[in-house]
Amino acid sequence: MLHYILRRLLRMIPTLIVISIMSFTIIQLPPGDFFDSLQAQLAESESKADQEAFDALREQYHLDQPIWKQYLHWVGGCLQGDFGYSFEWRRPVSELIGERLGLTFLLSFGALIFMWCIAIPIGVYSACHRLSLGDYILTFIAFIGLCIPGFVIALIAMYVSVFWLGGSAGGLFSYEYQYAPWSLARVWDLLKHLWIPVVVIGAAGTATMMRLMRTSMLDVLDEPYITTARAKGLAERWVVYKYAVRVAINPMISVLGMQIPQLVSGSIIVAIVLGLPTTGPLFYRALETQDMYLAGTFLMLLAIMLLLGNLMADILLAWADPRIHLD
Amino acid sequence: MTKTKEALYTAGQWRLAWIKFRRNKVALAAGVILALLYLTTLFCGFIAPYETDHRFAQRPFVPPQAIHLFSDQGFHWSPFVYGLKTVREPVTGRQLYEQDRTRIYPIRFFVRGDLHKFIGLSTRLHLFGIEAPPAEGIFLFGTDQQGRDLFSRTLYGGGVSLTIGLVGVFISVLLGAFLGVASGYFGGWFDELVQRTIEMLRAFPQIPLWMALSAAIPPDIDQLTTYFMITLILSFLGWTSLARIVRGKVLSLRNAEFILAAQLMGASHGRVIFRHLISGVMGEVIVIATIAVPTMILAESSLSFLNLGIRPPMTSWGVLLQEGRSLTTLYFHPWLLIPALFIVITVLCFNFLGDGFRDAADPYSE
Repeated sequence: MLHYILRRLLRMIPTLIVISIMSFTIIQLPPGDFFDSLQAQLAESESKADQEAFDALREQYHLDQPIWKQYLHWVGGCLQGDFGYSFEWRRPVSELIGERLGLTFLLSFGALIFMWCIAIPIGVYSACHRLSLGDYILTFIAFIGLCIPGFVIALIAMYVSVFWLGGSAGGLFSYEYQYAPWSLARVWDLLKHLWIPVVVIGAAGTATMMRLMRTSMLDVLDEPYITTARAKGLAERWVVYKYAVRVAINPMISVLGMQIPQLVSGSIIVAIVLGLPTTGPLFYRALETQDMYLAGTFLMLLAIMLLLGNLMADILLAWADPRIHLD
Repeated sequence: MTKTKEALYTAGQWRLAWIKFRRNKVALAAGVILALLYLTTLFCGFIAPYETDHRFAQRPFVPPQAIHLFSDQGFHWSPFVYGLKTVREPVTGRQLYEQDRTRIYPIRFFVRGDLHKFIGLSTRLHLFGIEAPPAEGIFLFGTDQQGRDLFSRTLYGGGVSLTIGLVGVFISVLLGAFLGVASGYFGGWFDELVQRTIEMLRAFPQIPLWMALSAAIPPDIDQLTTYFMITLILSFLGWTSLARIVRGKVLSLRNAEFILAAQLMGASHGRVIFRHLISGVMGEVIVIATIAVPTMILAESSLSFLNLGIRPPMTSWGVLLQEGRSLTTLYFHPWLLIPALFIVITVLCFNFLGDGFRDAADPYSE
C-alpha cells in the first residue's frame, strides 16, 4: 500500500510541472498586466502617473523579463513556499489565500456532511420503495435541484433568509463579529450564518449523489446474496442496512476524495453571490484586476487538490472494498 | 407471426430506438417543449413586440402586465391591457404603477413596430403588439431599470443561451468523437498523446478554468467574436469526457468480427472508421451530447452572470439575471428573475430528453 502511494506521488511530479506551466500561461493570457490597468486608472483620476515609477515596479516584480524567466522565478519561489506577491492587496499570496483557506474548507466540509446526511438515506429509501409515489417525488425534486443554476439558488436562499427569516444578507459573520477575535460568541455567530451557504453549495451535489446511491442500491438489491439473506428470513431492515447499503455505498466512497476539491471550486460562484470571506471571491477579483500571482496560485492549488483527491479516492476505495488490491 | 411483430423483428437499429423513444412520454414532451423554445428563438425578432434596446424612458420597473378579457364595460372579444399611470409611494418616493382603467389597449396581431432583421430581410412586422402612444407598451414580463421590455429581451437572450449550448456541444462532439475514435482505433503513440492531453485538461477544475479563460477575452472585441470565444472555451473542456467514452467503446468494437471482416475485404482505415466505427458509437455520442448541452447552458449563464461571459449590449439569460443580483432588486422587482425560469425549463427538458435517448439507444432496455 505504502509502495503504491509513493509510486503515485512520484508519478504526480511531471503532471505538477505541466499544471504549473498551464496555470501560469492561462493567467498570462489577458493582454497587458496589473500595472497597465493601474496606470489607466490613475490616468483617469488625473493623478500623476509616473512612467518611471511603473517601470521600476515592473522591474521589481520581474514583469519586464521574458515570460519563461518569470515562470521560472515564480515556480522557484513556490517550491520554497513563496507563491509570489499580490499587487492589489500588497501582501504575499500565501498569506492571503492562507487566511481564507480555513473558512473555505470549513464550508466545503459542512456541505459534504450535509450532502451525505441527506443523499444517502433518501437514495436508500428511493431504491427500497422503487416507483412508489415517494420515489417519484424525491426523484423529481432531485432533478429540479440539478437544473437550477447555483447562483439562482444562492439568490433565492438570500431572499428567504432576509425577508422570511429575518437573517442577514450573506456573509459569514454579523457586523459586530466581522473583525472580532475568535471567541465562543463568534463561533456561534458563524454557525448561525453557515447553514445557508452550506445548503446552497451542497444542493446540486446532493441531487447527484442521491441518484448515484439509488442506482447503486438497485443494482445491489438484485444480487443473489440479498435473495439468500431474505430467504434465510432476516429482517428486511437488517438485509437493507447490513447487507445492501454496505456494498452499495462503495461508489460514493470512490467519489468522496474528489468531492472536497469539487466543492471548493463549485462554491466559487455561490461565494461571490453571498459575499463570503472564502477564496472564491478572492480569485474572481484577482482575475478582474489581473493580479496574476494570486489567480495563478489559486488555480494551481485547486488542480493539486484534485490530484490528491484522486489518489485519496483510490486509497479509500481499496480500504472500503476488500475485493480491490492496489499493488 | 403477425405483421406488426414481423415489422418489429426486422426493424433496423434506428427504427427500434425510435419505437422505444416514442413510448417515453416525458422525454417526448421535453422534446416538443425544446423544439418550441428553439423555434421561438429563431423567430424572436418577429415574436418579440420590441427590439432589445427599445427603451420606454418613463416606464422603468413595470411589473408584468395582466391580460384582460373583462373591463368595466363587460366582455371584450379581443384580449387587452390597461394603460399605466405612475404614482409615487408616499414615504420612499419610489415610482409605482397603477392600471388606468379608462385606457384600454386591445392586443393586435401582425402589427408594425420596431425595425428588425428576419431571415436576412428587414421588416417592421411583429406578431403582436398594441396600438398606443409611444410612451405606452405591452410588457408581459415587465420592464427593467431602463424601461426595456423583459419579454422581448428574454426571447433575444434565449437566442444566445440556447445556441451556445448547441454550438459548444457540436464542437465538442466533432473533436471528441474524432479524437476518441482515432485514438481507440490506432492506439500507440497517438492514443498516448490524446490520453495525456485529456488527463492534463481534466486536472483542472472546470469552473475556475472556465472563469480564468473567459477573463482572458479582451473586452474590446466585437460581440460575435466574444460569442465564439465563449463557445470555444466551453468546448475546450467538454470534448474530453466524450473522447474517453468513445475511445472505450471503440476499443471494444475494434476486435469485433465485423471490423475484421471489413479490413480483410480491403476497406481503408477511413472507411472502417467512418462507415463502421462512427455508426457503432453514434447512439452513445447522441446521448452524451444531449446531456452535455445543459451543462454548457448553465456554464454560460453563470459566466455571463459574473460578467465574464457574454457582455451587454448582447443579451443572454445570464446577462439578464445580472440585473436581479442585488437584494433590493429581488425584493422590489422579483420579475427580473423570470429568465432563470427559462434556464431551469430548458435544462430540465434536455435532461429528460437525454434520459429518453439513453433508454432508447440501449438495446437491452425493456
